[in-house]
Amino acid sequence: MAATQEEIVAGLADIVNEIAGIPVEDVQLDKSFTDDLDVDSLSMVEVVVAAEERFDVKIPDEDVKNLKTVGDATGYILKHQG
Amino acid sequence: MPKLKPSKGAPYARILGVGGYRPTRVVPNEVILETIDSSDEWIRSRSGIETRHWANDEETVAAMSIEASGKAIADAGISAEQIGGVIVSTVSHFKQTPAVATEIADKLGTNKAAAFDISAGCAGFGYGLTLAKGMIVEGSAEYVLVIGVERLSDLTDLEDRATAFLFGDGAGAVVVGPAPEPGIGPTVWGSEGDKSETIKQTVPWTDYRDGEVDKFPAITQEGQAVFRWAVFEMAKVAQQALDAAGITPDDLDVFIPHQANERIIDSMVKTLKLPEHVTVARDVRTTGNTSAASIPLAMERLLATGEAKSGDTALVIGFGAGLVYAATVVTLP
Repeated sequence: MAATQEEIVAGLADIVNEIAGIPVEDVQLDKSFTDDLDVDSLSMVEVVVAAEERFDVKIPDEDVKNLKTVGDATGYILKHQG
Repeated sequence: MPKLKPSKGAPYARILGVGGYRPTRVVPNEVILETIDSSDEWIRSRSGIETRHWANDEETVAAMSIEASGKAIADAGISAEQIGGVIVSTVSHFKQTPAVATEIADKLGTNKAAAFDISAGCAGFGYGLTLAKGMIVEGSAEYVLVIGVERLSDLTDLEDRATAFLFGDGAGAVVVGPAPEPGIGPTVWGSEGDKSETIKQTVPWTDYRDGEVDKFPAITQEGQAVFRWAVFEMAKVAQQALDAAGITPDDLDVFIPHQANERIIDSMVKTLKLPEHVTVARDVRTTGNTSAASIPLAMERLLATGEAKSGDTALVIGFGAGLVYAATVVTLP
């Protein structure tokens, strides 16, 4: 069953917490991965791969650069999830 | 039709000795920062690299290879005349004819050993090792020298902030020879030419010769795409190499991945779920990424510092431009 927006944000929060050690409550829709959450370009790849597994979605390399905020990623997953 | 006599080789092969050569000039991040807008902290956090070695005019591909090979031959306890094959993996020897392997074989004092160069980027050591094992088991050589050598400083764009800090120079060599038990497991290797744009030389030499570009060719890469492939796809290949050798991560003593970037190494270790007791090579910190030379250089350092010992079981995996990859399990010399 497809995940809701809330479930995706919560899932991303768990992933960002696991990879970058950021408190889950800091992961909000308007937060930028690099500027606000200390997720650098390489950690972002780890976040993307974990999100792909969790939400059954494919996020190609060329789309990763467009996912600047948690909201961008959530929207992408909502649209593309299997 | 006459019946041909079959060749007769050794039952198995293993690495008998290892040697390395690191150029005398140590280059700290501060030198890199003279040509790019970055910081020591940024370089360390993205790559783990603190220093690398850059070769001087005397430290040629051949000269560094001869130094490393001399140590490997001494470590193996054989003489140069016993070597029947010399395989050199490099992408940074700028005189392609004749193969640099022939000069190395001659200067080392081999007895007209078969000698040739291969091009398999950062997977070159694993490719060479696999060829060497085949030659020994098939019977066309008793001992084979496998050399990974690079002068990547010659192919580095010092104004590219994504790669200027990454590359280093050096040579690593191993002697492979006959063994009563398998000392080199099955190789899991391959190529993905559909991803050839991910890591590449910027332009062909001829474009530079013809004045179509101002900058000498350099190695460039798509960092995120390389990272994803190296960590997640190569972890699968590494697992396949363990399976092919019939062992589990618990059986490993040492993990020697290509020293591309410490972040890739960290993530591979995590993805492979390697147990705590496995020693992980992190030579990249002070050697940088030396492509085909990185695995034998890291192997030599782990043995020299005592972090690994002779007889240990090590997983080695190389991956890079092609894209190409090669993974196998070896017994350390």
